[in-house]
Amino acid sequence: MTLAEDSTLLREGLVSILGRFGHDVIDAVGDADALTEAVQARRPDIIITDVRMPPGNANDGLRAAVRLRQSFPGLPVLVLSQFVDQSYAAQLLDSDNGDGVGYLLKDRVGAVVEFNAAVEQVAAGQTVVDSEVVRQLISRRPDPRQRLTARELEVLALMAEGRSNDTIGKRLRVTDAAVNKHIGNIFSKLDLPTTTDGHRRVLAVLAYLRS
Amino acid sequence: MAYRGRVRSRRTAWQAMALEPVGFLTSAWPWRALLYLVSGVFTGALALVLFVVLVTVGLATAVALVGVVLLLAAVLMALPFARLERRRLRLVDLDGIQDPHRPPGAPGLRAWVRTRLAEPATWRELVLMMVSLTALWLVDLAVLGLAFVVPQQFISAPFDDPATWPWAVLGVLLLLAAPFSLTAWAGARATLCRIVLAPRDTEVDPDLKEVSESRARLLDAFEAERARIERDLHDGAQQRLVSLSMTLGMMALDVPDGSPLRGRIESAQEQLTLALAELRQLVRGLNPQVLTDNGLVAAIEEAVSRFPVPVTLDLRLAGRLPQPVETAAYYAITEALANVAKHSNATRVELVGRHHADILVLEVRDDGAGGADASGGTGLTGLADRLAVLDGRMRVSSPPGGPTLVLMEIPCPFG
Repeated sequence: MTLAEDSTLLREGLVSILGRFGHDVIDAVGDADALTEAVQARRPDIIITDVRMPPGNANDGLRAAVRLRQSFPGLPVLVLSQFVDQSYAAQLLDSDNGDGVGYLLKDRVGAVVEFNAAVEQVAAGQTVVDSEVVRQLISRRPDPRQRLTARELEVLALMAEGRSNDTIGKRLRVTDAAVNKHIGNIFSKLDLPTTTDGHRRVLAVLAYLRS
Repeated sequence: MAYRGRVRSRRTAWQAMALEPVGFLTSAWPWRALLYLVSGVFTGALALVLFVVLVTVGLATAVALVGVVLLLAAVLMALPFARLERRRLRLVDLDGIQDPHRPPGAPGLRAWVRTRLAEPATWRELVLMMVSLTALWLVDLAVLGLAFVVPQQFISAPFDDPATWPWAVLGVLLLLAAPFSLTAWAGARATLCRIVLAPRDTEVDPDLKEVSESRARLLDAFEAERARIERDLHDGAQQRLVSLSMTLGMMALDVPDGSPLRGRIESAQEQLTLALAELRQLVRGLNPQVLTDNGLVAAIEEAVSRFPVPVTLDLRLAGRLPQPVETAAYYAITEALANVAKHSNATRVELVGRHHADILVLEVRDDGAGGADASGGTGLTGLADRLAVLDGRMRVSSPPGGPTLVLMEIPCPFG
């Protein structure tokens, strides 16, 4: 995998975490141009990149990632951001149908096991979106709180993170049947087609929330 | 803000008309308006005669050099005419207008003529002179006629035929209304003259311009400082805390499940996560990156999505606005929303934004308890100060019991 992060401190930390889980970081770079070059030279299985990076110190990292996905369709990208930014999340999810895309807050990296799971999910072509982003997207909808119960919102946030029913059940300490019931309720309340595929339902939810 | 509540002395004829009718009628303003219009008829008629003579003779003798000089004089006649208009304007507008002309670059008549012909102010004055000669003084005359001659005719009608006495009543009423009609037209005429004759920004006294520039510099310095703090937090504290969180995460991997150390590491990580979340809120409040990257509408949508009260957004702007306007508008809106959240107990907020010609209008309406007082808190005053730097202004309507409307306007020319 290729890693782009301008802070040396975080870059080294990320390299050691990823190494710890047996991933091979072939390039670890500090700016968006170096990221583009590194990916073009040696096509990695996944890129992990910061949003804000030199040379522009704006959303250079994100723009580079979106461009790279255009030239290498299906290249998994996990974006780490210091803060939730819906428009950035939306730009990324719109690229190549959102397959193999992740958007996580940087804070989540500390939860190393979950972070590694997210990396592997994105590399496998799934979609992972930070629950904070989902929460904000939901709060933009007119009166979603009236339609969804608190528990259903929790389930929705976990679904958007790409969790399976099994994991959701364990997290919330409820049975599989209860999770299925909640998901059924969410889909019917949000008028979404029911599907069993894990990341497709994330996309369906996000598509609904962004519309 | 104390001065806002005080009645200000009347500076123009129109402001005087807002007085009580008796106060207005006993003031000097109707007489000033009368003098303004009568002198308008005389100067207009005289200038028309002079202008026509100059142009006619000038065209007839255009083959000789003298004709060209006469035509030039007809154009430059606008200068003394405008100067006279500016003096006359003081009759109905105590503040008067500054002379928009610059001193010529060199001594001598040639340099003076060249400077004047190159100035836009000269051509605006010519336009006003043409309008005055062809229309304004005739309207002055018509208004004077309506105010005095027509009532006089009506009032004298019953002397010839007593049966026409209702006409006399009408005449008296018209005469009573005369001070108002005179002053109304005088005010309109003065406003028109002020618009055409007043110096544009680039023509204002350089000292005045310096003042507004230094205010703008102060704002720039403030924004730069804000951006610097945000960058320092982002590059420093935030990165270190994330790095610390990663280290703790790695440590937790090395410690067996269920051991007391594992528990302490996890609780440290939880604290760290909270600290990071707070820092994140702080940093994005300081300098929303999305405002710089994607503009005002995106940034407001973003801010609104974190807002505890449902907000209906109706922002229709043509495109990106100048950066200082976007920044001021962003903070004005978020500040107004924060006030709503803190004080109003509102259950819904409506935010409307429009770009009308050269002004950005923002309305924040809530259905809360009302009673917002600009003199009470620092929130509203700070907002007004922020807008004042850009010559913007803010008005608040907030009767006790609500609803509250905050109306903000920021000058923002197209292009």
